[in-house]
Amino acid sequence: MTEVLVEVDDLKVHFPIKRGVFLDRTVGHVKAVDGVDLRIEKGRTYGLVGESGCGKSTLGRALLQLTKPTGGRVNFDGTELTTLPPKQLRQMRKRMQMIFQDPMSSLDPRQNVESILTEGLQAHGIGGDRTERRKLIAKTLDAVGLPQWALSRYPHEFSGGQRQRIGIARAVVLNPELIVADEPVSALDVSIQAQVINLLGDLQEELGLTYLVIAHDLAVVKHISDTVGVMYLGGLVEEASSDDIYRRPLHPYTRALMSAVPVPDPEVEDRRERILLAGDLPSPANPPTGCRFHTRCPWAQPTKCRDDRPSLRIIGTGTHRVACHWAEQIETGEIRPHAVKAEITADGAGAKDAHGALETALETPGGPVV
Amino acid sequence: MSTKSDKVDRLGELSAVKQDERGVSLWAEAFRQLRRNPSAIVGASILLLFVIISIIGPWLAPYSPTDTMGIREGVIKPGLIPGPSAEHWLGYDHQGRDEFSRLLVGARQTLLVGVISTLIGLTIGALIGGIAGASAGLGGRIGRAVDGVLMRIVDMLLALPSLLLAVSIAALLGASLTTVMIAVGMVSVPVFARLLRGAMIAQSGGDYVLAATSLGVKKSKIAFTHILPNSLAPVIVQATLTLATAIIEAAALSFLGLGNPDSSIPEWGVMLADAQQYLGARPGLAIYPALGIIITALGFTLLGEAMREALDPKLRK
Repeated sequence: MTEVLVEVDDLKVHFPIKRGVFLDRTVGHVKAVDGVDLRIEKGRTYGLVGESGCGKSTLGRALLQLTKPTGGRVNFDGTELTTLPPKQLRQMRKRMQMIFQDPMSSLDPRQNVESILTEGLQAHGIGGDRTERRKLIAKTLDAVGLPQWALSRYPHEFSGGQRQRIGIARAVVLNPELIVADEPVSALDVSIQAQVINLLGDLQEELGLTYLVIAHDLAVVKHISDTVGVMYLGGLVEEASSDDIYRRPLHPYTRALMSAVPVPDPEVEDRRERILLAGDLPSPANPPTGCRFHTRCPWAQPTKCRDDRPSLRIIGTGTHRVACHWAEQIETGEIRPHAVKAEITADGAGAKDAHGALETALETPGGPVV
Repeated sequence: MSTKSDKVDRLGELSAVKQDERGVSLWAEAFRQLRRNPSAIVGASILLLFVIISIIGPWLAPYSPTDTMGIREGVIKPGLIPGPSAEHWLGYDHQGRDEFSRLLVGARQTLLVGVISTLIGLTIGALIGGIAGASAGLGGRIGRAVDGVLMRIVDMLLALPSLLLAVSIAALLGASLTTVMIAVGMVSVPVFARLLRGAMIAQSGGDYVLAATSLGVKKSKIAFTHILPNSLAPVIVQATLTLATAIIEAAALSFLGLGNPDSSIPEWGVMLADAQQYLGARPGLAIYPALGIIITALGFTLLGEAMREALDPKLRK
C-alpha cells in the first residue's frame, strides 16, 4: 500500500440558514457535506463524482480549509489542518493548491499573467530575486504549454483553454503536492477538455502530483482517476478503484449513474439495463432519514432503508466500499427493482437545479473520450 | 507535453495574436473605448473648455468683474438694467458690473467648489466604505461587526435629505466658501461609502479572491491588490457624476445665502442667487449662469456615463 497524503475523517460542513428582521435566527442547516471519510494516496488521483448540489465542491474547499468545516478532521501529510492556526495554515497552502471551474472568474482581470504567477511565489518567499522567479515562471509556462509572450498579457486576451492553463500554471508554479481540481474542464469546449485533461496527466507524471478531481462527467473521472468516490446528498455512497466501479457498480445510485452512459455498441446499447431515477434530489437542509437515497431508490426495502443510515463497508476482498444495506442481495438479483413514485419536493430551487444538472450529466455522458 | 494536438493548439494561438504586441490592461482597453464613444468626446470637450476658461478666464475677461461701471456711468436705474450691447455682450448685472466678464471669471470658483467638494466626499466615503467593505468581505465575525457599526453611521447621514444636511452643516460652520465645500462633500459621503463597500463585498466573493487565499496571500494584501482595484470602477464613475451635482448643490447653497459672502469673487451659484431679485427686470441674469451650470453638469454626466460603459465589461460590445 502506498503512502497516504490526505486523510479526511468524518468531515462535516453545515451552512446555517438565517432568518429574521432584526436578529438573525438560525432556523436550520444546509448539510452540504455530512460525514465524509476518504483517503488520497500520494501520487494518485481521487475522482469525486455526483450531481451538482451533492456537496462535492464544498468537500474540496473544506479539505483545503477555504470553507471552514463544521466538524471532522483533515490530515495532510501528518498535519491536522482543521486546528492549524491561520499563520501556519497560510504557509501550508503552498503544498496544496486548487484549480477552479471557471478560469475567467478565478483570474483577477487586472493582473497580467506574470503577476498572477508571481503572486504565490512572493507570498511564500520562493525563488529569491526577480531573475530567479522569472526563470521559474518561464519553466512553468513551458510545462503547461503557454507561450512566453503570454507573460505581459491579461486574462481577457486568452481563450478558455488557455485561461485554464494559466490557472493550472498558477497552482503548479508553487510545486505543490496536492491539487484539488474543482470541475477543471466542465467550463471548456469538448475539444479543449481532452487537452487539459492530458495536461493534468502529464503534470502528474512529471511532478508527482496528487489530485482530487471533482467532476460530474463520468467519462472525465474514469479517464483520469485511480480511485473514484460517488457522492450523494453530502455523503459518499460508494468508493472503489476506477476500473472496479465502472465494471461492477454496487450502490443503486452508482448503478443509475452508470446506466446513463451509452455504450458505443448498438446491440449492447439496446439490451442493457437502464435505470431512470424518479423525483428530484432532496433538499440538503432536510435530508431523508436513514439512507439518503431511499426516497429514489428502486431497490429500497421497507423500514431498514428508511430508518438506518448505512455506513461505508468493504464488500469483497479489495477496497470496494459501499454504503448500502443490500449491496450483495442487489448484485445477486435477490432483490428486484420496483417502481418508485416521484415525490414532489415542495422546497427548493436547489433541488430543482440539481435535477437539471443530473439530466445534463445523464444526457451527455460522452464528454471527452480521449 | 509535445503531443500533436498541443502543437496544433499552439499554432492556432500563435496565428490568433501577434507576438510582439504587449498585453492590453483593462484600463487601457477602457480608455480606447472611451476615445471611440461620441458622448465621451462631447463630454470631455465641454469639460476641457470649462477647465481652460477657469484657468485663463481672468485674462480673457474684457472688463474687471468687480468694476461697477454701470453705476458710475449712470446707465443702471431702478428697475432698468441694460441688456446685451456691442460693448457688453451679456449686458450689466444689478450692480452695473459686466456680466460676461463675471461669467468668465466665475468659472474658476465654480470648478473649484465642484472638484474639492467631490474630493472631500470621495476621500471620506471611500475610506469608510473601503474599511467596511474589506472587513465585511474578509474579516469574518469581527469584520462584520465593524462593518455594521460603520454602515449605521453612514445610514444616519443617508437618512437626512441632502440639502437639509448641507444647510445644517453650513449653518453650523457659518457661511463661507469652505463651508460650502465641506457641506456639499459630506452629502456625497454616504453614496461613495455605500458604493465602494457594496462593490468590495461583491468582489470578495469572487473566485479569484478564493484563488488568492488558496495561494496563501495575506488578507490585507488581497484587499488592496485584488478587491480594491476591481471595485473602483463604479466609484470613479460616481465621482464624475457627483461633480455635476456638487456644482448644482453648491449653487443651491449660494442661492439660499449660505455661500461665499464675499461677492468680489464671482461664482455662478452666487450670481444665480443674486439674480432672483431682478428676475422680472432682467431674466437673462439668471439664465446665463444657470446655462453655464447646466452645460458643465451635462459635460460631467456625459463623460461619467461613457466611463460607466467603458469600465463595465458587461456593456462591452
